[in-house]
Amino acid sequence: MNGWRRTGRGAKLRLVGVFDRQEAVLLRGLIGQVRTMLAERVSDAPADELAELTGMRSGHTHPPEDPVLARLLPDFHRDDSELAAMLRAAREPELLDAKTEAATVVLDTCPPEGGRVELTTEQADAWLSALNDVRLALGTTLGVTEDMPEETPSDENLAAHLSVYHWLTFVQDALVQTRATAL
Amino acid sequence: MAAPLPSPTHEQVADEAGAVEVPWQTIVWNDPVNLMSYVTYVFQKLFGYDRDKATRLMLDVHHKGRATVSSGSRDKVEGDVARLHAAGLWATMQRS
Repeated sequence: MNGWRRTGRGAKLRLVGVFDRQEAVLLRGLIGQVRTMLAERVSDAPADELAELTGMRSGHTHPPEDPVLARLLPDFHRDDSELAAMLRAAREPELLDAKTEAATVVLDTCPPEGGRVELTTEQADAWLSALNDVRLALGTTLGVTEDMPEETPSDENLAAHLSVYHWLTFVQDALVQTRATAL
Repeated sequence: MAAPLPSPTHEQVADEAGAVEVPWQTIVWNDPVNLMSYVTYVFQKLFGYDRDKATRLMLDVHHKGRATVSSGSRDKVEGDVARLHAAGLWATMQRS
């Protein structure tokens, strides 16, 4: 992957990038992990008989205990916990759907063995959201901060994860730059 | 020495009456992971802001730790926060 380029115009506009096999396996693995976490959050939502009758879904009222999921699903209000719980119950199901759908677009458009990835602008937006979720997940696990030192940490495992994080940053930033020119 | 109790003023009455109309605000908070380019893009895409306005708001988030990016009725702001969360930004709503 050495960046994204545009081809075509108007409705035929596509954003094209090329991933080698190793990159595709890595990206799909990370996206798949996030999608699994989202699915677990969906499946352990409280059962709601009223919701089943009315079709109005109701989700969790409490933020996830897992710090990664909590980063992906923040509260709607900082101080009013009652309002935050109500809005979470009302809104979280659709947010989980949107994030799952974005992850699925990446898995559907990135060939498992690598190769050419060709995206419509809508698919590119899904990629941007999904890449951001993966970076948030990895960033939370690695404790990424604003003034993170540039030098490579001596811990080899941590260094490897950080290099993956920086690669994802490059893929997302390059896609934003290309996508933004088509606004 | 105790100060005399203040008598109610017209101002207080007006505040209470006005509070009913006060709209809500969408706040975006700084996050060390989210890219400056991406945050700017999301503001352009979701709110239709031009690049200059979106960049200004992104820089406010970056330097001041937060920015008010939209305002309006509770329903509108709730929807804006949901769309920002879907994009992966850290947003909350509050009464202005």
